Amino acid sequence: MRAAGRSRFVYVIYIRSTPQKVWKALTDSKFIRQYWFGMDIQSAWKKGSPWKMTLPDGMPTDTGKILEIEPPKRMVIHWQHEWQKDIKAEGPGRCTIELKKVQASVRVTITHEINRPKSKLIEAVAGGWPLILSNLKSLLENGKIAVKDHPRH
Amino acid sequence: MSDADLLFKALADKGRRKLLDRLYAQDSQTLSELCRHLAMTRQGVTQHLAVLEAASLVAVQRRGREKLHFLNPVPLQQIYDRWIYKFEKPRLKALSSLKRRLEGGQG
Repeated sequence: MRAAGRSRFVYVIYIRSTPQKVWKALTDSKFIRQYWFGMDIQSAWKKGSPWKMTLPDGMPTDTGKILEIEPPKRMVIHWQHEWQKDIKAEGPGRCTIELKKVQASVRVTITHEINRPKSKLIEAVAGGWPLILSNLKSLLENGKIAVKDHPRH
Repeated sequence: MSDADLLFKALADKGRRKLLDRLYAQDSQTLSELCRHLAMTRQGVTQHLAVLEAASLVAVQRRGREKLHFLNPVPLQQIYDRWIYKFEKPRLKALSSLKRRLEGGQG
């Protein structure tokens, strides 16, 4: 990637919903488990509070803490992978989630970055986010997810 | 125009697909960098990028005075969900029941 020593991606999706509903879907376990392929995320969603993503059996795959939070607009998560050794060894990255009302929709922007070139963490999460965002959009707009068992999961 | 119309219109041009390929090979590029290896005028690239941005296939971030372009694959995922996944579903079901049987479940 361009900036020396950094890997980053920026993903955008427009969801016909309100920032409040999208924010709830991003921070409420009941919603998360529906569109995140069974994964769960736990946090108190306050500045400085721990953040943890777990498999359906409770094993943590990623941990971190909330660096910044401003509902229903923006949050920054310190994101440390725990599952795969080589990705864990890269250390923490940052994930920024921004919501903006655009006419009758919400623009959701996900920026995931780490201060190292050709990062495996960024490669791994880059493959996951489109599936998750697409499912989230279907869930909020149509009340059901599009894809249940994904070939890459 | 609907989101799907914007998306398929954006993908229906060879030059725009080439731009997406350039961004796939190297994300986070400025307009000048994108122009460097393309046989297109700067104005042409600007117009193509505007169509790609309207279809949400390109995301733009400002860093100081620079405008950086990123490939946004999320709309492509929606094409997958809408047009491809349903045809793959029977194969995926067969695979997951095979996995359950091999791992000793009831299949």
